[in-house]
Amino acid sequence: MLVIKDLKVSIDGLEILKGIDLEVKAGEVHAIMGPNGSGKSTLASILAGRDIFNVDSGSVTFNGEDLLEKSPEERAKDGLFLGFQYPIEIPGVSMVNFLKTAINEMRKHRGQQPLSASEFLKKMREKKDLVEIDSSLTSRSVNEGFSGGEKKKNEIFQMAMLEPKLAILDETDSGLDIDALKVVAKGVNNLKSPDNATIVITHYQRLLDYIIPDYVHVLYKGRIVRSGGKELALMLEEKGYDWVRNEEVKL
Amino acid sequence: MQNEQDQILNDVTTGEYKYGFYTDIEQDTIGRGLSEDVIRQISQIKKEPEFMLEFRLRAYRHWLTMKMPEWAHLNIPAIDYQDLTYYSAPRQKARLNSLDEVDPELLDTFNKLGIPLEEQKQLSGVAVDAVMDSVSVKTTFRENLAELGIIFCSFSDAVKEYPDLVRKYMGSVVPYTDNYFAALNSAVFSDGSFCYIPKGVRCPMELSTYFRINAANSGQFERTLIVAEDNSYVSYMEGCTAPMRDENQLHAAIVEIIAMESAEVKYATVQNWYPGNKEGKGGIYNFVTKRGICKGDNSKISWTQVETGSAITWKYPSCILKGNNTTGEFYSVAVTNNHQQADTGTKMIHIGKNSKSIIVSKGISSGVSNNSYRGLVKVLRGADNARNFSQCDSLLLGDKCGAHTFPYIESGNQTAIIEHEATTSRIGEDQIFYCNQRGINTEDAIGLIVNGYAKEVLNKLPMEFAVEAQKLLQISLEGSVG
Ligand SMILES: Nc1ncnc2c1ncn2[C@@H]1O[C@H](COP(=O)(O)OP(=O)(O)OP(=O)(O)O)[C@@H](O)[C@H]1O
Ligand SMILES: [Mg+2]
Repeated sequence: MLVIKDLKVSIDGLEILKGIDLEVKAGEVHAIMGPNGSGKSTLASILAGRDIFNVDSGSVTFNGEDLLEKSPEERAKDGLFLGFQYPIEIPGVSMVNFLKTAINEMRKHRGQQPLSASEFLKKMREKKDLVEIDSSLTSRSVNEGFSGGEKKKNEIFQMAMLEPKLAILDETDSGLDIDALKVVAKGVNNLKSPDNATIVITHYQRLLDYIIPDYVHVLYKGRIVRSGGKELALMLEEKGYDWVRNEEVKL
Repeated sequence: MQNEQDQILNDVTTGEYKYGFYTDIEQDTIGRGLSEDVIRQISQIKKEPEFMLEFRLRAYRHWLTMKMPEWAHLNIPAIDYQDLTYYSAPRQKARLNSLDEVDPELLDTFNKLGIPLEEQKQLSGVAVDAVMDSVSVKTTFRENLAELGIIFCSFSDAVKEYPDLVRKYMGSVVPYTDNYFAALNSAVFSDGSFCYIPKGVRCPMELSTYFRINAANSGQFERTLIVAEDNSYVSYMEGCTAPMRDENQLHAAIVEIIAMESAEVKYATVQNWYPGNKEGKGGIYNFVTKRGICKGDNSKISWTQVETGSAITWKYPSCILKGNNTTGEFYSVAVTNNHQQADTGTKMIHIGKNSKSIIVSKGISSGVSNNSYRGLVKVLRGADNARNFSQCDSLLLGDKCGAHTFPYIESGNQTAIIEHEATTSRIGEDQIFYCNQRGINTEDAIGLIVNGYAKEVLNKLPMEFAVEAQKLLQISLEGSVG
């Protein structure tokens, strides 16, 4: 589904990703962990099409197509979803209006008719129940005045509404209470199917108690220095990143 | 409403000025230039009573002593008033008895503009006075309204049929001495709408005037006069478009509103004159004087405007709050893109006790345009407990445009409370990216954000026009990012 080869990315001449190789197949859940500033969000942003970064070399394909040459909205319509680490506030734009526009854009792209008002509202009700998001939130402007946790939940709600092929969740679990954490996990697990894939970026192994990853990768200073199964996350939790640092020194 | 809004936003994908076509129709025109002779000719063609001609000539003589105002934050190229045509009318029968006598080309023009003049095809509940260049083409629902005692007709008809009313009120709110363009208009105005709501009558439909400039090199100078007697109510709407032309065209209008005791008048404008092309060539100069007086106690006048067109806009719809407990409102969205310039705002003059005013101005600038809010809140000595609240917001797209706010406050009464709030914001790249990531392209994202920003004002428009206005906002800003 997603194939990243030797991806090098810089901003203002500063190299942030120094050669990433990663393959995500349909049906898989990957977790990316790593210390602050290691480049996790940069990787997520570059996949979503943020144009403030420079791709210096490497390639990314998504479902066999060159991802890097597409616009952010084309990528979204192809089924790539990014749960933002810091969701953006858009004052004056209601959640309903925003999501309806988004969904219908995607439907148009797939050659489907736009959802009618009642179909849309029905879907919204379903997904709201699923992610247990407060009803009042969806009648407000996009993220405006939402608490940190509410913003994160709202990302999951949007993911549930948009039903992406590949979801990249950038620290969606940070700042969540334990109940909300379960909700996030439920959202991800609900989306899980042999056709879809998820990349969760997280600092905490506790999320992985609820979302069982097939692979765990450790990103350190712009490189994936370790990949393994779920046990890698446990090891990190136990030994901390010092362990990775020391490993790196040995390398 | 919400769905409809979404639908509209989805539907809008093209960004050209849609109304730029020209109707090839026989015209009656008076040759270029301005003189007492030309004014006499206009008056004669219109078969006006003597008082009208005298009014025009007094205005003209006064205009000759005046200079073009220079205080606005605008760069206005010199206008050669001798090079303009002051009267141009689609040729048609002197008096229309039925729609069959209207030139089919004309009907077609208004159909293309989305303003069908056949009554059975109309939006129910909206009566239209259609004005092309210098004359009113057709006023719909005139008879139905007359049954309630409401007069809704072209200004020319009013001058002939209701000379006493016209004489009494014309120039009583905007005298020809008021300003340069008001004097010019008073001298050469050709047509416009007249509306009179008798005591205790609530006008059951929206009244609207649709202005269309068609002829080349002609200025459009229309006048609208609305009189609302005690305890009456009317909601009025004005729309305007013009063909795309390389040269600039002048539009200098006057609107006067008189609200008597406990009367309420709502006046809404969706101004979409041709703004000129991307390089700033062509477009309408829109120099308009709009003013209402809340003459009787407890009366209310509300101005709502959505200004998206014109190369230059100079316009300050104002309220004189003369009666006690009167209310003046001004809700404005002004969009400038490319090389457009707008200097717009309002004046609220508090004279009566407990008079209240609200000003909500939302400026949106993009391209290399300049957008200024200019507002005066003046409280006279006797206006005990006058209250004003002003909110002036500017939204910037890109970094080459300008937004300016010029609030003037003059308070002559200790008990008055005047509040002014202003904000400036920019549509952030991160907001656009967030929308993009959800599959919404940049143009649509801007449309969503801008309509959200202007919602407070758009909500004040009559339903039929709110939808239209939303489309317009998005279209006017197309191509402004990226
Ligand atoms: N816009 C930018 N301008 C300059 N430097 C940037 C920019 N964005 C990211 N960086 C730098 O790139 C590096 C990687 O940042 P990134 O946000 O990808 O880290 P992260 O792994 O997501 O960290 P965290 O766990 O704190 O979220 C950091 O050193 C950061 O300062
Ligand atoms: Mg991060």
